[in-house]
Amino acid sequence: MVAEPEGPEATDGPSAAGTGTGTDASEIQTPEAQTPETQTQEAQIPETQAATEAARAPKLDEPQRRGELVPVPKEETPPGPSARRSDVDEWGRSEHMREIARRMYDPVYRRWFRAHWVGLEKIPTDGGALLVANHAGAIPADAPVIMHGIETELERPVYGLADNYFRSMPVIGTLWSRLGGLPAHPDNAYRLLKEQNQLVLVFPEGSKGPGKNFAERYQLRRFGRGGFVEIAMRAGVPVVPIAVMGSEEAMPTLAHIPGLAKAIGAPYAPITANMLALGPLGIAGYFPAKFTLKVLDPVHFDVPADQERYSRSKVMEESEGIRDHIQSALYEMLRNRESVWFG
Amino acid sequence: MSTTNGTERRGPKRVLVTGLGTFWGGLAAQALEADPSVEVIVGLDTTEPTVELERTEYVRVDANYSTLARIVKATEVDTIVHTFLVVDPTLMSKRAMHEVNVIGTMNLFAAASAAQSTVRNVLVKSATVVYGCAPEDPIWFTETTPRSNPPRRPVERSLESVEAYVKDFAQDNPHMNVSLMRFSNVIGDDIETPLTRVLRLPVVPSILGYDPRFQFVHEDDVIRAITFALNNELSGVYNVAGDGLLPWSEVATICGKRTVPILPVGTNIWTSPLKLLGVDLPEEYLALLRFGRGVDNRKLKAEGFEYRYSSAEAVRDFVETSRLRDVVGNSTDYRYERDVEQFFRHSPAVVRSRPEDS
Repeated sequence: MVAEPEGPEATDGPSAAGTGTGTDASEIQTPEAQTPETQTQEAQIPETQAATEAARAPKLDEPQRRGELVPVPKEETPPGPSARRSDVDEWGRSEHMREIARRMYDPVYRRWFRAHWVGLEKIPTDGGALLVANHAGAIPADAPVIMHGIETELERPVYGLADNYFRSMPVIGTLWSRLGGLPAHPDNAYRLLKEQNQLVLVFPEGSKGPGKNFAERYQLRRFGRGGFVEIAMRAGVPVVPIAVMGSEEAMPTLAHIPGLAKAIGAPYAPITANMLALGPLGIAGYFPAKFTLKVLDPVHFDVPADQERYSRSKVMEESEGIRDHIQSALYEMLRNRESVWFG
Repeated sequence: MSTTNGTERRGPKRVLVTGLGTFWGGLAAQALEADPSVEVIVGLDTTEPTVELERTEYVRVDANYSTLARIVKATEVDTIVHTFLVVDPTLMSKRAMHEVNVIGTMNLFAAASAAQSTVRNVLVKSATVVYGCAPEDPIWFTETTPRSNPPRRPVERSLESVEAYVKDFAQDNPHMNVSLMRFSNVIGDDIETPLTRVLRLPVVPSILGYDPRFQFVHEDDVIRAITFALNNELSGVYNVAGDGLLPWSEVATICGKRTVPILPVGTNIWTSPLKLLGVDLPEEYLALLRFGRGVDNRKLKAEGFEYRYSSAEAVRDFVETSRLRDVVGNSTDYRYERDVEQFFRHSPAVVRSRPEDS
């Protein structure tokens, strides 16, 4: 869907030209026509668009078939380039920034973590889907690895849902937002999944996953209250579970400083092995653990979408099922892992 | 919406506009004057109108409309346009705002629902400020999305009480069309808000490390939305905001300005020197500069309303008209002069050619 090179005509002609990357009605009617990729195209090639319109304009003067009304050009649509000056979409994601980030992150992804995907073909190439994975490591490397991997391999953008904590942090919050992160509000997820047919990544463990100690590695925490299942049910999209091996060892947490966490308002404040080994560099320096990501079979729910509420027990049952599924996949992967560093 | 049964045209005929002296009251009255099927327009305010009005009758009242019931009864209005709600905290003190917003609305509703009241339509102009602004917020608020946390700031609390009254009033008067329009950040060459003042500074302040996304609605679209709601007799809550969200840095870029970041700690202290330049950035706006706000405008669109400006186009139009005015000057200065206005309205010497006069 994203790979399709859709020109301005493919969206909806001159009326879309002025509105730029807005959430106009056209977007709602044809969500697949207005993915960030096409929005970027629009933002980057206003000249081409203007040229297309210029080429179309003389046609108005051509003799019309008898009995047909001569179309009157709409005067309300201001001609010329879009008023937008950046490609930041409604969620804060900028494809331009993503591209820079991808270029910088690619060596980390390929050389340092040597990320290896199993079953990547199970991720839908179009339509919305909720990606669900285990979350680990003091500063979890799994989120960027999954997002980078899917964006480069499948050429689909991935929006990552995360704690509101990020949004309130200066600099980091803005960067996080430009790179495709957004607050984990059910309304955000619903719009992305249902109306815009995007891929959304969520870690149901929340901060409990990365907040656990190394001794508890690969032991999945509680999957919240199963909110992710409810969102997927409401949006009528499948959940695609992903088991990630490697992020636990990339930055192991040895101990916690609860007082510090409270003081800075963070969910946890860890002492990592990286800090002990690398000193100050250890705050952001990962160990070169080999990453293996296994995509499990998508889970489709046999409930109608857009219900007012879903049975709590059904939601919890599905949530537990997905958690068990990821957990047993992880055990299976760990059983076959010969080395933490070489896989 | 376009099909009306019977011969009677839908829409207002005898209209009461509150806050005639305010920007919105004046513009709403002007827009109503342009519609020949509107027979009578009565405007209330404590201050004189600031825009040129041809046939609107101006009545001076006190801030909380204690004489309103008599006016409603005497004029037999069918429509009330309640624009007199203060949403900009820099305009007046907390106490004065409470009088205007909460007590004023209470009295207005009391008058509108009195026995033998002829009122059928009530439109209240509120603001998206009621959604608050917090990191927990969704990117888009729909009309039914609740706030993330209880309101703390005076304007938000005041508007929340007003909206509660509107809800009660609508429930108690099911035969009336009660519409509550929540307007996003309004921008345009004529209106003055803390945001337009900030965007007219040589450099635009931002908060270091934050680049939230803003939504704007053009002042023309505001007036068009009000007349649209009146003509279509809408009832319910509607968000009014342009399409799309823009990062604050992009807003500055469209205006051809640079942003100057202020430290995220003690923001109040850093912005206080701006007051000397006539720019007061209250708490609500400082929160907006951190987290931004987006509202879903699809409900009004679904009724058939078409916006002329997206958020980005509204900002672009704002800066283009400002540039033009800086060169050509403001030619539309208007000062209300009671005697002159009275002459034009009532003197038999003035030739009137409006259809209802014949």
